[in-house]
Amino acid sequence: MALDGSLERLRREGHIVVVGASLAGLRAAETLREEGFTGTLTLIGDEPYEPYDRPPLSKQVLLGRVPVDHTALPRRLAIDARWRLGVAATGLDMAAKRVALADGTSVEYDRLLIATGVRSRPWPNELEAGLDGVFTLRTRDDAARLVHRLRAGPRRVLVIGAGFTGSEIASVCRERELPVTVAERGPAPLVGALGGVIGEVAAELQHEHGVDLRCGVMVTGLEGDGAGRLRRAHFSDGDALEAEVAVVALGATRNTEWLAGSGLAAGPRGIACDAGCRAFDIRGIVADDVFVAGDVARSPHPLFGYQFLSLEHWGNAVAQAEVAAHNMISPGERRRPHLWTPYFWSAQFGVNIKSVGVPNMADQVIVSQGSLGEHRFTAAYGYQGRVIAAVTFDQAKWLEFYQRQIEQAAPFPPPFTAVDRRPEGMRPVPAGFPDPSVPTHGPEVTVSGHSPTDQRVTFTPA
Amino acid sequence: MRVVVDLNRCQGYAQCAFLAPDVFAMHGEEALLYDARPDDTRRVDVLRAVAACPVRAIAVEGAGGKRAADRVGVPDGA
Amino acid sequence: MTSVSLLGQILDHANRADPYPLYAELRRTPVVRDEFGPYLVSTYWEIHSLLHDPRVSSDVRHLAPEARTTVSTDDPDLPPSFIRLDPPDHDRLRRLIMRTYGPPHTPRRVYDLRGEISSIVSDLIDRFQGRDRIDLVEDFSYPFPVTVICRLLGVPHEDEQRFHGWADTVATAIEPPVGTPEERQAHREAVREARHQLAAYLSGLIDQRRRAPRDDMISGLATDRGADESPMSLPEMLSNLTLLLIAGHETTVNIISNGMLTLLRHLDALERLRADPDLIFPLVEELLRFEPPVQLLPERTTLDDIEIAGTTIPKGASLWLVPASGNRDPQRFPEPDRFRPDRPDNQHFGFGSGIHNCIGAPLARLEAQAALTELVRRLDNPRLVEDPPPYRRNAVLRGPRHLAIAYDGLKR
Repeated sequence: MALDGSLERLRREGHIVVVGASLAGLRAAETLREEGFTGTLTLIGDEPYEPYDRPPLSKQVLLGRVPVDHTALPRRLAIDARWRLGVAATGLDMAAKRVALADGTSVEYDRLLIATGVRSRPWPNELEAGLDGVFTLRTRDDAARLVHRLRAGPRRVLVIGAGFTGSEIASVCRERELPVTVAERGPAPLVGALGGVIGEVAAELQHEHGVDLRCGVMVTGLEGDGAGRLRRAHFSDGDALEAEVAVVALGATRNTEWLAGSGLAAGPRGIACDAGCRAFDIRGIVADDVFVAGDVARSPHPLFGYQFLSLEHWGNAVAQAEVAAHNMISPGERRRPHLWTPYFWSAQFGVNIKSVGVPNMADQVIVSQGSLGEHRFTAAYGYQGRVIAAVTFDQAKWLEFYQRQIEQAAPFPPPFTAVDRRPEGMRPVPAGFPDPSVPTHGPEVTVSGHSPTDQRVTFTPA
Repeated sequence: MRVVVDLNRCQGYAQCAFLAPDVFAMHGEEALLYDARPDDTRRVDVLRAVAACPVRAIAVEGAGGKRAADRVGVPDGA
Repeated sequence: MTSVSLLGQILDHANRADPYPLYAELRRTPVVRDEFGPYLVSTYWEIHSLLHDPRVSSDVRHLAPEARTTVSTDDPDLPPSFIRLDPPDHDRLRRLIMRTYGPPHTPRRVYDLRGEISSIVSDLIDRFQGRDRIDLVEDFSYPFPVTVICRLLGVPHEDEQRFHGWADTVATAIEPPVGTPEERQAHREAVREARHQLAAYLSGLIDQRRRAPRDDMISGLATDRGADESPMSLPEMLSNLTLLLIAGHETTVNIISNGMLTLLRHLDALERLRADPDLIFPLVEELLRFEPPVQLLPERTTLDDIEIAGTTIPKGASLWLVPASGNRDPQRFPEPDRFRPDRPDNQHFGFGSGIHNCIGAPLARLEAQAALTELVRRLDNPRLVEDPPPYRRNAVLRGPRHLAIAYDGLKR
């Protein structure tokens, strides 16, 4: 009863702080208000902008079809929040329930939601990263700078890394009729996320659209001219390439440094939390007043053997934020688990790529409908005899059927006769995921074992 | 007016691109590109697109009137 | 046993005016086998799942001969139209139509018809002047969509009357046959004759447009060389154009007639629409849920055993989905039998779902929105003369045969 009373007080006049003012932070704030939280709500964001949508940045914004400031997210309702924008959180004192900010001030909370997301992994050589013409793409400002430079018509663009972001950037460059080279250390584009079989199709798309695609190579150095402008890139195969613009698309790194020493189980793979979005501390005990959502979270998923998944997915940010917000102001018996089935999309070279489940856990893949050669197909992924993921190229209307197959742990390979099943789709083949100990660029889903405090992994880009 | 499309829900039915072609455009057969802050002169087109989406993937704020937001199942915004 | 009588009752013309209580009874068993063979699926989530299930085929060639219904609009002398095919053939034909009909290649084809649509609507309503009663079906719902289709396809104005005649006759092929054997035979002959004349006319038009293309769909089809696949052959064009003509005609007629009927039964909604024209957008969606123009989707076939709602539908079975019943499923829609013009979360089956979703949906939406808004705005004190009105025979494409509306005057 005492607990109920304090929860009631929290809902009525408590102070909830959300660190991270992007998609997950905004949707969490809206959910809190929708569910009747009337206390004080503070949103802290390191960027000076109100919450905006990131997926358009590498697509319509970079294409120049939509100005960068047209990406602000619509509000589902007025959230009546105190906004602290342009100020990063720099520390967390869990005992004092206080978040320290970069401007020297601090904010106290009754409940805290951490939704600090990820940032793009920078080029590891700082001097080279500082050359004029070397870009990353994660924020509005990144996009504004890059689109400005693309508009100027560089003689060649080098994209380092052929994950989704890198491939989308290459696609935009070709649509802008800019010469583009893509360097990928793996055997094919998207190989970390979709495997080698589908990666081959992605490679074909790039070739057909005139991308100079170089797989199995690393960029070993970026060279500037006397004025500090990017002039040339060097590859591990000894080749060199003249380029005025290089976009570093080596995946993302999680914004957890500010939590160092806080006692939370936060590391390079994110912040571990339970299925109810409560953060684990380093002892493996969940905190009652600290919650996590979005790209920075990693949480156990029952569909995938309760392994901890980190999902850099738009839909995950929304769904997890809603669950976290609900649980923050609900008593134990009314809390909900975050059971979202991973879903994502990418648009590149005029093809809509959609995925459900966790392809990179798979050992086999089968083209269950359509044809790889026609670049229109549905591929089902299997792990230990059951369907665990599916990917469509321009066949999105079939995807929810496969979502149900995943949710029902249906047998793999699919034993049934279906429309548009071709001879090539009669037999499963190895999915062709690279050895997980060899990092590729931006798999975007990371299966990171069972231990909530697993911080062993290190990543050496390029 | 602000718009966001849940592209996980989107299955490429293209109703929005038919009915509000200055705001929503298909890129290839199935991928959707859109302007998340369309001009107010496109208000009626956007309302048409929101209502017509077969998977209710389009959320809009500030299209005038409470109903625009009701249709996406939430209260109105600013 | 009840299922037999239920399907029989649904198809029985005597129940055409209100099949919804029958659907409610049907939903007690979401998947049920009818004595004559087909499996009937009547609940929302089961229909939804089968519309997205790749084990369900729409290819008529998979259909057992006895499962064929009388609703065919296809010409036996032509290849099947795309709605009666599976991928990849379906996808190819649909893509080729889209190249000249919609995004991404021709994104403004339908949008740019808005002006024409509204002037056709105005002209038709202007003709109500000086009267105090109309038959909405004859005076408006029928002539309206066929005129729009003529503009879309590029049928010259001077040919529109002939075109209307053929279209009307060919469209009667979807009605269940009636009359003596001699009358039925004569009807079949008339339909065949109209089909051949229509095909000959379209062939001529395609040939003309190939030589001198204009900005219309027939020119687009006639001159298209395809992107990465072969363009449509002439028989494919004739088959699919005939389909577009009939499907675009018959369904829109019913949307508009059912729409006015529903509004005149819900005068509060009609008044709200008068006061707030923006209400038309969700209102048309609610109409598509409440009185969908296509009630049943017969003639699908299972390619494998499908387990659903505790039943295994065996491979090779004939499936009849009942979207009009799914649209009233209380498991999906709160208060499903209430007409709520601003219903939120209205993911109805009015235009189907999945790969066979109605290709004409955007056009039908614009037509229905324009027609209902203007009818409601201009008719002074409109009221039903007869309720329920007489219905057409067809159980699949369900709508009034006549809809007498009385009114006090016509606003400008």
